[in-house]
Amino acid sequence: MNFEFLFNNLPELTITGLAFGAIYALVALGYTMVYGVLQLINFAHSEVFMYGTFAMLWTVMALNGAEADGVKLIAILIAALFAAMLMSAAIALILERVAYRPLIKRDAPRLIALISAIGASFVLAELMGLRDKVAEWLGLDDNLDDYVSGARINNSMAGVLEKPRFDVAGVSVSSIDLIVIVAAVGMMVLLDQFVRRSRLGKGIRATAQDPETASLMGVNPTRTIQVTFLIGGIMAGIAAFLYMLKIETTRFDVGFLLGVKAFTAAVLGGIGNLRGALLGGLILGVAENWGSALFGTEWRDVIAFVLLVLILLVRPTGLLGESLGKARA
Amino acid sequence: MRPNKVFAASIATLALGLSLAACGTTEDGDGGGGGDAGCDLKLAFFGPETGDAAGLGKPIIQGTQLAIDQYNEDADCKVEFVKYDSQGSPDEAPALATEAAGDESLIGVVGPAFSGESAAAGDTFAEAGLPTITPSATNPTLADNEWDTFHRALGNDATQGPAAARYIKDTLKAASVFVIDDASEYGAGLAGIVEKDLGAAVKGTDTIQQKQTDFSATVTKVTDAKPDAVFFGGYYAEATILIGQLRDGGFDGTFVVADGVKDPAFLDAKDAAEGTIITCPCIPDTEPAVADFAKAYEAEFGEAPGTYAAEAYDAASIFLAGIEDGIDNRADMLEFVNGYDEAGITKQLKFDDKGEPADVHVYAYTVKGGAIVPEGEIK
Repeated sequence: MNFEFLFNNLPELTITGLAFGAIYALVALGYTMVYGVLQLINFAHSEVFMYGTFAMLWTVMALNGAEADGVKLIAILIAALFAAMLMSAAIALILERVAYRPLIKRDAPRLIALISAIGASFVLAELMGLRDKVAEWLGLDDNLDDYVSGARINNSMAGVLEKPRFDVAGVSVSSIDLIVIVAAVGMMVLLDQFVRRSRLGKGIRATAQDPETASLMGVNPTRTIQVTFLIGGIMAGIAAFLYMLKIETTRFDVGFLLGVKAFTAAVLGGIGNLRGALLGGLILGVAENWGSALFGTEWRDVIAFVLLVLILLVRPTGLLGESLGKARA
Repeated sequence: MRPNKVFAASIATLALGLSLAACGTTEDGDGGGGGDAGCDLKLAFFGPETGDAAGLGKPIIQGTQLAIDQYNEDADCKVEFVKYDSQGSPDEAPALATEAAGDESLIGVVGPAFSGESAAAGDTFAEAGLPTITPSATNPTLADNEWDTFHRALGNDATQGPAAARYIKDTLKAASVFVIDDASEYGAGLAGIVEKDLGAAVKGTDTIQQKQTDFSATVTKVTDAKPDAVFFGGYYAEATILIGQLRDGGFDGTFVVADGVKDPAFLDAKDAAEGTIITCPCIPDTEPAVADFAKAYEAEFGEAPGTYAAEAYDAASIFLAGIEDGIDNRADMLEFVNGYDEAGITKQLKFDDKGEPADVHVYAYTVKGGAIVPEGEIK
């Protein structure tokens, strides 16, 4: 165990940990909100995130981001952000329509919905991993070659962004890490306020508390569920955008590990709880970095899950252990 | 060997005559060109044709294909080329190897391409007495299994590791080195050898995980140690992301990697990849010995030979030389390969009793101007 190294580099390790933790937190929102409303774990949410990363990548490629700079580059990045949000939101809505609504309508047991989610996750991931074959069937492989080639390997947009570093009180900080943390936390605060104050947010909370009573009071449950998926998708799209700013590389199975971690973050903070997702994500990100520093990077995942088990032993409902429905305005 | 060869040659002539007779006439009752004619012999490729690692399999397939096509051009008895697509997976390999072993007309295998699948399939090939020559699997322990059928047409990691360490010490003159590996059989083995050879110059080590994408803790470890060079034992998927994050984190020393990173996909790292040193027991196509091969390869497939294409060509050439000598069964082929000692395009092709090549060269490549260019042999 290397305590000296950890203490000497504590600020840097914490900031980079917070940055990745913020991405976990944004993805964790999708798990937590759907769970809050439906008591259902949407395992396909990791693919919602993955499609967002590709939307970002393709937008930057299509608009030739590698050769742009200054204002033009910023415009391209904003376009990419909207593309990622749009793509993730669309995938989330399709998921709700195809994989969940028919089951919910028929009052299927939760286990069936879970299987449906796992199936949908595989279909979506493999569809992306086999996109070159899909394009071939459609006869579009010549036109889309840049976008569909290398379907099963890493696809990278490295070199588009400069990532200046600067010193804050003797600590070297990456500009991207700061952007990621500020943007992610900002979005979480906005969402929290939205759920607490807006009409739609009230509807979501009411449905989470008691769907039947909520519908008697004039809340449309189908619409509320749709909105929940939509918000989760948009947040995953933002997460995908920030992830691509930081990592610059994606592939068809990128969602799997990140999805598991984000789900862990949601459980850590208390599943069904928005603020818990933020707290869980940040703690998980920092713990992974500190643990990697102490024991070696190969222990990263072990540390994450040992931490989860320890916290659940003490607080079985997670750190903030409150459900979405109980959150008061 | 000599008398045996003469005997084999006369059998071959006989077989040739028979087969010519068989091919040249439509009359029946002429022996029908069965197995004894040596006319329906097959050579196989064993490795990834599809799947995640297909990119690494393609040059090997094409190198083998070229050797067989060139042989078939003026051979009366055409050799058939078959492909066993393992997707590079050790899980698929044993069943495929059993399938290959069952085809008696198959008398030589170029492959298996990777170390993992070689370990999984080796027993099956050894039991069937089916000789294999791998043009790319470099894990040293593969040769310790007492598989008589195992041969390797390139230096293993035990020769590549020391060469990488020598390059870091003598050419880069790096006083401090940080060693990273990816916990894979290949990467950890290689990094361990480099670490041992560099001794006190190693300022720190870390182990990452395959498919990991955020390396911030590792980057902090490297920037804290401020090494002149970082050695990474692993594959290009992680190397591409790792070097980007190392450069962003402020590391400005030399990045040294091995053959698992020698893939065009590594160039996706763009500017961050520039100056990376890649060691490889694979011969550059600018070497005069492979110039003809490179020309023929480009004419045939419309691209420059990829990694291990020349080694695959050499491996196939050994089998083809045996077939030309009239060998038509596995036992004779195995004996022929074990005793082979001729100049190939990549090196003198001769195997020791464990199947390792007697003659090993390791080359340094560097990334310059967005391309992987050869720098010369590491002496």
